[in-house]
Amino acid sequence: MSAYALFKKDLASEMRTRYAINSLAMFIVVTISVILFSIGNEKISDFLSGGLFWVVIFFSAMSGLSRAFVSEEERGTTLTLQLIASPTTIFSGKLFFNLILVFAMNIIIALLYSALFDAFIIKNLSLFIYAFILGNIGIAIASTLIASIIAKASSKGTLYPVLSFPILLPLMLTLIDLTKQAMDGAPFQTSSVELAILGCYDVVMIAASFMLFDFIWKD
Amino acid sequence: MSNFELKAETITKVFGRRLIFKDVDFSCKENGIYGISGPNGSGKSTFLKIITGIISPTKGKVTHLFEGKPIDSEKLHNYIGFVAPYLALYDEFSAVENIHFFSKIRGLNFTQEKLEFLFHQFGLFDRKHDLVKGYSSGMKQRLKYIFALIHSPKILFFDEPTSNLDNSGKEKVYQTVRDESQNNIVIIASNEDSDLALCSSVLELQNFKLKTDN
Repeated sequence: MSAYALFKKDLASEMRTRYAINSLAMFIVVTISVILFSIGNEKISDFLSGGLFWVVIFFSAMSGLSRAFVSEEERGTTLTLQLIASPTTIFSGKLFFNLILVFAMNIIIALLYSALFDAFIIKNLSLFIYAFILGNIGIAIASTLIASIIAKASSKGTLYPVLSFPILLPLMLTLIDLTKQAMDGAPFQTSSVELAILGCYDVVMIAASFMLFDFIWKD
Repeated sequence: MSNFELKAETITKVFGRRLIFKDVDFSCKENGIYGISGPNGSGKSTFLKIITGIISPTKGKVTHLFEGKPIDSEKLHNYIGFVAPYLALYDEFSAVENIHFFSKIRGLNFTQEKLEFLFHQFGLFDRKHDLVKGYSSGMKQRLKYIFALIHSPKILFFDEPTSNLDNSGKEKVYQTVRDESQNNIVIIASNEDSDLALCSSVLELQNFKLKTDN
């Protein structure tokens, strides 16, 4: 209940300040436009189109998801939060907020991408949706944890993608592979290993996050 | 008589290679006003953050007991009220919204009467729906007292309690400290003589140690 209250506070704060929404929206528009301009009239392969889709998502996540903790640090409210709630409550509330933000952002990217890129045709939609959901959960968990680590650093902007890259790399590679399979129309059975990897990644990340966050938050 | 007890045993804090204080013991059980003083950089604020559970000590143990039973660290924030210059509130929300959000995150309820009483007491009633970003530093300090008192805490920590306040604000704070000390423990960290004059005992933090100076 306290975590939900923190989520509501973050949502109300975001609606007023537009810290993350504006940077995410701008980044999505700019990145997709740059890809469109750079491709021009060239025909790109299905695999490249699926890979670029997750590249857009990765960099968009890097531009906005750190705000969950960075905005608290910049406003000086981190200590106030440390005073009024347990680390579990804080992480749960922030994670919930980032989950909503990631899903909203990635749904918009997916819709824009499928409207603008002819090569991006998903033949096995249910497989893509499973991968999309598990992938978004993984991105949200990893981004929230890394945001909490870099919030106190002086060079947050640089550190966030640098720290995120190795942690998100196995997730991104699996997602690119699954997207290609979904675009090829592969059945679920042939993708079970990749889906299991995604599920395990999410479970490991959530367990590690709750175990580590106490130390990150207090010191 | 307070039913809250605070015990800090052999507390040591090191930031990087810098020793802030070493093997500090501190305890309080009886309701009253306790003072902590010391020169700038002696670690008063750090010590307060450690005994409120905001940060961890490098070495040592802090125990909070209520009615003789240890308080779960996950629930500790419900018993504590804290006012300090480095505790910020949300500028994008109004004063009332800040108090509502913080209370909900704490998981505690309060009555509308108590909210209005505190806003009246600290002279912010007419501005309670204004955004905090429009507040002066003194008004923000007053709002921090409302934030600290709204959930009727058992122990209160005031770090530089009268900073940014005018004379009437200081008087209100001193009256609040005296009222709260009737039933609860109040700990003040300050170098102001007028703040420390309220305290029944003052502990001096210097040369990495805490010295009793009754």
